[in-house]
Amino acid sequence: MNTNLNNTLPNYLEHKGKYKGILGWIFSTDHKRIALLYLYSIITFFCVGMLLGVLMRLELFKPGQQFLTPQQYNAAFTIHGVIMVFLVVIPGLAAVFGNFLLPIHIGAKDVAFPKLNLLSWWIYLVGAVIAICTLVFGKGPPDTGWTFYAPYSTTSNTNVVMAVFAAFVLGFSSILTGINFIVTIHRMRAPGMGWFKMPLFTWSLYATSWIQILATPIIGITLLMVVAERWFRIGFFDPALGGDPILFQHLFWIYSHPAVYIMILPAMGVITEIIPTMSQKRVFGYKAIALSSLAIAFVGYLVWGHHMYTSGMSVTARWVFSLLTFIVAVPSAIKVFNWISTMYKGSIDMRPPMLYALSFMFLFMIGGLTGLVLGSLATDVHVHDTAFVVAHFHYIIFGGMGFAFFAAMHFWYPKIYGRMYNMKLAYWAWGILNVGFNLLYFPLFVIGLQGMPRRYFDYLPQFQLGHVLSSIGALVTATGIILMIYNFIRSARKGERAPANPWNGLTLEWMVPSPPPVENFVEIPVITEVPYNFK
Amino acid sequence: MSTDIVSEHRDDYGSKLGMWLFLFTEIFFFGGLLIVYAVYRSQYPLEFRAASLHLDTYIGALNTIILVTSSMCMSLATTALLKGNKIRSARLIAITVILAGAFLVNKYFEWDHKILLNLYPGSGFMINLSHGYVMFFGLYFFMTGLHALHILIGMVLLTVCFMRVRFGNVNKDKPMLLLNSTLYWHLVDLVWLFLFPLLYLIK
Repeated sequence: MNTNLNNTLPNYLEHKGKYKGILGWIFSTDHKRIALLYLYSIITFFCVGMLLGVLMRLELFKPGQQFLTPQQYNAAFTIHGVIMVFLVVIPGLAAVFGNFLLPIHIGAKDVAFPKLNLLSWWIYLVGAVIAICTLVFGKGPPDTGWTFYAPYSTTSNTNVVMAVFAAFVLGFSSILTGINFIVTIHRMRAPGMGWFKMPLFTWSLYATSWIQILATPIIGITLLMVVAERWFRIGFFDPALGGDPILFQHLFWIYSHPAVYIMILPAMGVITEIIPTMSQKRVFGYKAIALSSLAIAFVGYLVWGHHMYTSGMSVTARWVFSLLTFIVAVPSAIKVFNWISTMYKGSIDMRPPMLYALSFMFLFMIGGLTGLVLGSLATDVHVHDTAFVVAHFHYIIFGGMGFAFFAAMHFWYPKIYGRMYNMKLAYWAWGILNVGFNLLYFPLFVIGLQGMPRRYFDYLPQFQLGHVLSSIGALVTATGIILMIYNFIRSARKGERAPANPWNGLTLEWMVPSPPPVENFVEIPVITEVPYNFK
Repeated sequence: MSTDIVSEHRDDYGSKLGMWLFLFTEIFFFGGLLIVYAVYRSQYPLEFRAASLHLDTYIGALNTIILVTSSMCMSLATTALLKGNKIRSARLIAITVILAGAFLVNKYFEWDHKILLNLYPGSGFMINLSHGYVMFFGLYFFMTGLHALHILIGMVLLTVCFMRVRFGNVNKDKPMLLLNSTLYWHLVDLVWLFLFPLLYLIK
């Protein structure tokens, strides 16, 4: 493997291909450059979504109207949801770190279809532009919520068609990435890398890709039906025309529940990479973690009904969905137990990646356990459509996927840019983010239980304390995120040069220089050992 | 630095695998529509049956024959190419494109006829009918329209294949574009084989 470390090929950041300057990026088929294209677009959209979120929180600082009209508030939470779900967290880890690491992790020079990979990013960009255009064109931005529930989405005067079409286009990008990854994993593994010698991040991407392929088309067709309904008044979903709005909810959640696992599975994969490396210990229960990814993908496909307990379903359907929801918690818990067992008696290195990984576990467990409150039939009726749901969702998606993203950024940053970020700033940002995050979302659990509905523009005075705390938390969280992004941007130019293997990792990305050369490997490595074989 | 450090990678099996995965997504795409069909069919069985009598089974059957024949032509084109007969392969692809065009022409007259009879969602005539009728014709236009869009995409794809085969860029040793396009075309054909009985032949 020494040939790979000492190779003299130019690194991917400096390599000059067919095009120069920015064209060399936006037309590059190098998986690492595409990963960075995704990274920059996702961070941009994340900041837009975050700004909308902060605006909503400030509006809710006091009861009554502050500076947003009710219509603007509705548009704000809709666009916040559309941007965060479809533009940030669904592509999120898979498109950025999946693209960057998957080929290196399995010892390949690139993904199976590099051009298709670039096309995915372009389609993503087109979808994003359409989504942003909803703000400008038509009769105002959509106000339906990111769920586009019928019949309101089929009758609202706002620019729903465009938003729905954007989600449709983004689905295409997601599907193509999924196909690319599955073929890559099946066909491009280095000699000797059997299925159970793959890094666990690869396993989680494999499960994620299958969900992307099998679930996304359903939302595609459903969104097209919403468009057809609006244009031709067919009456698929509008009860005024004889349609069935519950049918829309079913079709929507058949995709959108598995989509939650599209978001969280790669996050779990990232944590599974970080914990053994930062504990310098062999991962506990490799096969259990690998197979639990597939189990989550499979069972997660069958639990969509738990979003609809109060919408009208037969008693049998409700308890079956509830049972399946409890079952899907089992493989998630297996992973958590395995992470903790991996840390046991390891020599734990508490630098930023590990800190973020631990935050992930803490927040993810709060999010996961409150998910069971929502998954049981009786308690769900009480907290359905309250701020409790908002808190649960953000603990899973932001506390889970978001923090895993931050963990991944801190873990692989030296590999991506060849430089190390400022540790002191990173610790500060981590601390601020953790305080801010819990201050932002935990009060929502409490006022949710007390009966504060979600998506409401105004509220009764008795909920004010919770809202004020949450709004302050939003500002603290935003400060932490800005500090973190500042640290990354500054360190990309001014940081210390990073060694090839700053965390003493054993997976293949640490066996190539930082930043990796074009085509990753001079010699395709031959794999003889299981991963994470720390002595 | 030059680009020669970037090596060429080719994996025919991999590209076929990718195509199959894409076809899965297509099946799920139409599958979502079939769920909606099933739901409303069970809700309005009588109206669906009565409404389906307005469809012309002969044109439907003719279009089925056209599509199945075109699928056969594509298979023959593949075999011809793999045996090295470039000219025959190109001709068969051209025939496929023409048959696809014929399918669309038939479809056009069929739709035109329906619209003439006011049998489309939103027409003044349909408003007075029960919702089962509206839904049937809504689904009819939506499903056949989406399928026709796939035919159009297929025609573009096959035209590209035709040019590539004609000029030798796709050949016996590099046949994947044609093989994958054939797979796609078979899927379009297969979808129609489900739509035809569901819409035209229900009893």
